[in-house]
Amino acid sequence: MGSPEEHRQLSEAEIARLVAGLRRILATDSLLVEREDLVPYECDGLTAYRQLPLLVALPTTEEQVVAVLKLCHELRVPLVARGAGTGLSGGATPVKHGVVLSLAKFMRILDIDPVARTARVQPGVRNLAISEAVAPCNLYYAPDPSSQIACTIGGNVAENAGGVHCLKYGLTVHNVMRLRVALIDGTVVEIGSEGLDAPGYDLLALMIGSEGMLGVVLEATVKLTPKPQLAQVVMASFDDVVKAGNAVADIIAAGIIPAGLEMMDKPATAAVEDYVHAGYDLNAEAILLSESDGTPEEVAEEIAAMCAVLEKSGATEIRVSRDEAERLKFWAGRKAAFPAVGRITPDYLCMDGTIPRKHLARVLTRIAELSQKYNLRCANVFHAGDGNLHPLIMFDANREGEVERATGYGGKILELSVEVGGTITGEHGVGIEKVNQMCVQFSKEELAAFHGVKAAFDEHTLLNPGKAVPTPRRCSEYRLTGSAK
Amino acid sequence: MTDLTEQLRERVLAAAADKAPLCIRGGGTKDFYGNAPAGARLGTTNHAGIVAYEPTELVVTVRAGTRLAELEAALDEQGQMLAFEPPHFSLPSPASGRGTGGEGATVGGCVASGLSGPRRATAGSVRDFVLGVKLLDGKGEILNFGGQVMKNVAGYDVSRLMAGALGTLGLLLEVSLKVLPKPPAETTLRLDLPQDKAIETMNRWGGQPLPISATCWSDGHLTVRLSGARAAVAAARGKIGGESVADAETFWRGVREQQTDFFSGAGTLWRLSLPAKTPPLSLPGAPLIEWGGALRWLTFDGPADTVRAAVSQAGGHATLFRGGNESVGAFQPLPLPLMAIHKNLKRSFDPQGLFNPGRLYPEL
Repeated sequence: MGSPEEHRQLSEAEIARLVAGLRRILATDSLLVEREDLVPYECDGLTAYRQLPLLVALPTTEEQVVAVLKLCHELRVPLVARGAGTGLSGGATPVKHGVVLSLAKFMRILDIDPVARTARVQPGVRNLAISEAVAPCNLYYAPDPSSQIACTIGGNVAENAGGVHCLKYGLTVHNVMRLRVALIDGTVVEIGSEGLDAPGYDLLALMIGSEGMLGVVLEATVKLTPKPQLAQVVMASFDDVVKAGNAVADIIAAGIIPAGLEMMDKPATAAVEDYVHAGYDLNAEAILLSESDGTPEEVAEEIAAMCAVLEKSGATEIRVSRDEAERLKFWAGRKAAFPAVGRITPDYLCMDGTIPRKHLARVLTRIAELSQKYNLRCANVFHAGDGNLHPLIMFDANREGEVERATGYGGKILELSVEVGGTITGEHGVGIEKVNQMCVQFSKEELAAFHGVKAAFDEHTLLNPGKAVPTPRRCSEYRLTGSAK
Repeated sequence: MTDLTEQLRERVLAAAADKAPLCIRGGGTKDFYGNAPAGARLGTTNHAGIVAYEPTELVVTVRAGTRLAELEAALDEQGQMLAFEPPHFSLPSPASGRGTGGEGATVGGCVASGLSGPRRATAGSVRDFVLGVKLLDGKGEILNFGGQVMKNVAGYDVSRLMAGALGTLGLLLEVSLKVLPKPPAETTLRLDLPQDKAIETMNRWGGQPLPISATCWSDGHLTVRLSGARAAVAAARGKIGGESVADAETFWRGVREQQTDFFSGAGTLWRLSLPAKTPPLSLPGAPLIEWGGALRWLTFDGPADTVRAAVSQAGGHATLFRGGNESVGAFQPLPLPLMAIHKNLKRSFDPQGLFNPGRLYPEL
């Protein structure tokens, strides 16, 4: 079964047939074959891994997508679908002997239905563009990954993208109702419905988060949420990360589900404050942002309750946003955490484990110890409400051995997440980055079941081969040596 | 409170050796649902108990045979709930033919049936709250998918795939569910409205930030439940209007358990799942409408094709829920390419077709 290294190389004749076939399907400027044109596609947001594809197809119509799929299926050529390429796990990293199928030209919002509160969009539509387009109807699309300015809904579906508001409003899987999908043989199917359920197995749940390995999204119908009348955020400082972690549990125990509940440790706060000047408390060991939204009465009630809990939990300073401008300022730092860290280090790796929140102290302590061991700095931002931790490992790829050290450090953090009962990835996907750690989280039989799901949609392993689910061979190598090619 | 994993595994292995199909069964409260059960009965009710429950993590892990009522009581003690408000569907009591309150329903059956109750339209469905499963596949392997955390994208989402699969892909051993705090305030209001106006009204409300947690239209009355912060419920009450409903809890339980007058008649009961804004369908008889218009119940003894054609034209699907001619199949037939994927999945998880054969579709 497919991993890139195992995928067969195409003969010259096969490549010629592929190119000739694609030329018949696509306009001249929709097929990239020259090296300089392929370079922009050699990686996604995981820039440490680069691979030039054989060629890039940029279809503009559904018929073209279907024809490209049919051709690749017939010639058994692997194919990697790609949106904006903002993914952080290498889900869109090309396959050497394969085609990149860019959906970037599918940028149309096909239908907005304010009564049904749905939008039907093409896969290349940006996440934020949906919310902007439906804002006049007082609606928005709830999942808001940090990359929402750039990332596309097709990519969000592939990764089951989250965001800072998903504790209350859910992930992509909770906000997509229906997908129009092209299967590898070019068959087009509708999965899900514009009602609240569909007959048969929940294939929609399988498609969402499948990292482009089961089908190509042609259209998505998303659920829109009424905009709350008001949102307000509390920013609390703590002199100890454990206290901050306990404060999160105390908020939940008080029966409050904040619209957003985020935490940053001291290194993250320092990086962010230097970048956005949001007025963060630089003396705090941890900062907690807890948001309430709803009617003005509801928000007042909830903010008061949150403040009472935070005070009791030992917050050293509590500030409540006084207006929308201040609320956005409080959030600006958290939302810009990745670029802020990017400013203070040549390179960084963003980890994405989710842990049961009760183990936060243990995990953060261990991350700090590992930081010493690997001699690399690490800043932590944390979707505290749902336990999704983003340690940002800082390194310099130009320094001998640092890439390997950073990758090794990251791998240890992921294994630690599994050890405490969590998962290696909460919202960024496995891609190629975490494929080895899948061998730690899942048994041979469980991985075989995943391959079974894959085969149910794509028996020749042509869609995004080598991603997300490791082959048994790869796992035995990894288990033996602690590393795999 | 026992772990019968090994015994259940032995039963599956024996069935696999004999190629003898199994009918997985919890409390038997949903025997009526789907196509007729077949195979040797494999009971799960003794494989019971809450394995882990951490209220501040908003997650509970339970063995599949655990009584739904027991789980709900444990959550209630901590001020939490299953937000999808699942129906229990009790065994009919021999005396009245009506339900007894649903003591028998199990968590496994709840997940396998994938049925959600009145709060579904705003809170989400069973599958939305499934975080992880432990199951036995058709080869007798014990497999874990998902986990006890809220965000998890490692591997395909096999856990949610089990919700509504009617046990055809594996025997559920344990499930982890997201739980939520119970709302601090709740109130129920009733307005007099004809069907078309009620559908319009529910959709209009749906587009506003109102704390609506359930709607039900029947026989000219639209009943609305508001849940949330005290202030939010009080403010919304003014916007909705209508009269307060006394003993609202009984009313919503009745809707959930199908014990209101609407459900008491004889005849074939259809479950129609539709886009919420669909105007009244041109089918004979008046429906009971839930989920802001997205779920409609209809008693209709005419041809299945008539119902299914009308509903699919509106973008929905129709399930033969209770009674009627079983030969038409409980569930709306699937397009061929989707059925092909279903068959592949079935073959992958249950190569010999041991689990609940035909319960979902004759082909599976």
